[in-house]
Amino acid sequence: MLKTNICGVEFRNPLMLAAGIMGSNASSMNWILKSGAGGVVSKSFSLNSHPGYVNPTTVAVEGGIINAIGLSNPGVANFKEELEKIERKNSVVIASIYGATPDEFSSLVCEVQELVDMIELNISCPHAMDGYGASIGQDCNLSHTIVSAAKDASDVPIIAKLTPNVTDITEIAKTCEDAGADCLSLINTLGPGMKINIDVARPVLSNKFGGMSGRSIKPIAISNVYSVYESVDIPLIGVGGIYNWEDVVEFIYAGARAVQIGTAIMDEGVEVFDHINEGLERFMTEKGFSSIDDMVGLAHREL
Amino acid sequence: MINEPKIVEITDIIDETPTIKTFKFDWNMKSLGKPNPGEFVMIWNFKNEKPMSIAQINDNELAITVKNIGEFTSQLHDLKIGNQIGVRGSYGNGFNNSFEGKKILAIGGGVGMAPINAIVSDLIKKGNKIDVVAAAVTKNELLYATSLEELGANVHHCTDDGSFGFKGFATDCTRNLLQDSTYDYAFVCGPEIMMKGIFDILEEAGISAQYSLERYMKCAIGICGQCCVDSEGWRICVEGPVFENDKINKITEFGKYRRDASGVKY
Repeated sequence: MLKTNICGVEFRNPLMLAAGIMGSNASSMNWILKSGAGGVVSKSFSLNSHPGYVNPTTVAVEGGIINAIGLSNPGVANFKEELEKIERKNSVVIASIYGATPDEFSSLVCEVQELVDMIELNISCPHAMDGYGASIGQDCNLSHTIVSAAKDASDVPIIAKLTPNVTDITEIAKTCEDAGADCLSLINTLGPGMKINIDVARPVLSNKFGGMSGRSIKPIAISNVYSVYESVDIPLIGVGGIYNWEDVVEFIYAGARAVQIGTAIMDEGVEVFDHINEGLERFMTEKGFSSIDDMVGLAHREL
Repeated sequence: MINEPKIVEITDIIDETPTIKTFKFDWNMKSLGKPNPGEFVMIWNFKNEKPMSIAQINDNELAITVKNIGEFTSQLHDLKIGNQIGVRGSYGNGFNNSFEGKKILAIGGGVGMAPINAIVSDLIKKGNKIDVVAAAVTKNELLYATSLEELGANVHHCTDDGSFGFKGFATDCTRNLLQDSTYDYAFVCGPEIMMKGIFDILEEAGISAQYSLERYMKCAIGICGQCCVDSEGWRICVEGPVFENDKINKITEFGKYRRDASGVKY
């Protein structure tokens, strides 16, 4: 009943781990899969290893957290060893990759595509260094070039992960679709946001600015998914502030075929996936839905 | 538990050894949460932030014990009474402190004595009989050497160079103790290579124990994944830092490798 299909890739349920959360090694991703996620997105990695920012990299605020981890990763060669150890049977494995140039993205695609089912392009991290992350995804030309390069190099479906920190997210969504993206995931963290400690009058994060995630960004994510659903024909994955099955239903009604969960793990634990699956299945039974397909985009119906 | 740094003033600094200092600060247990022994706090010196074991849990006061091993800890060692630091936490799965009237063995190596001090202080109040193996490389580096005896623990000092107490490693000292005694339970913290050796000894002796582990940490609240260990994926900041021996058995990287800030194994 919970199955969903995205670009021909079958998910046993619509829940997956969002990029950047507990996705640094195969062991933690396997644990997430055992805990009920239908798929995992790895932490974003690049060609070379990167230590990220100095701590503090995370601070909790009302309604969620602000983070600027800084895309730390051990580099593709080391990360391939982790991807190889993920238990792929009945699970979908998605690599999140980042770079600054079309060549970097296509090299990364070539390196890892045999080990994964899909590849998500991080063109949306709001606290990445200049030239990376959102500095790509906030520019239509750059987004088109990067998505095209990744798509040309890839035999597996390409997901472009969008930033909400733009004037019009539908414009960037259409650009990515035109460039050949098979699927879009939205949204990445909101912001940048900032937390200042008033006793010492200093920003808490070493990077000063970070991306906001958690419960309080859900309404923005829902509205972005709703708008993008009306603008493109490719499937959507919803991300942003999902804590329970009601949130998942909302995202699916807005137009998502699957969702990614991140910050909720901090409050609800890894068990959040099983809990949501149970609630979602019960809801579908009560409402008489036999598949996720029947629910996608229902909030768009004309009365 | 608080997830954003609380600014506190350092109220006392104790020079424990030539390389180790203890820093005390006020902590309102009612409003900020009362930590259990074995839990840790994130210490922010406005330049960087690192996890530190809680070494003492007093009435509305906490203490951390810090060894000067690098840039951050050296900056902490430069602090004076009255200086400020940020503290968030406490975090993690601490020691099981529910034992009463038992015979307990606590083993600490170097600055690993910090959380051992917290659990031993707690368990002595609960009427447990406690033997402590306090290990260091040399006499000057023995931590809490007298304060634990004053509390009522039976302390077995142990130095690598034999300058005080038993001559040899904590493992040798523990093996000796087990020849004449057995224990209901044990607590262990120290360099991982030491803990691996102790683990093997205690497993053979059939003594259940808890071990406090350390890994590179960023968020400390269970989301970044930096401190996840092979092969179960457990987070040191949430499922740890303290694990019982049945779980240690499943941490396949225990005593073998860890990961740096990038996630590269070393």
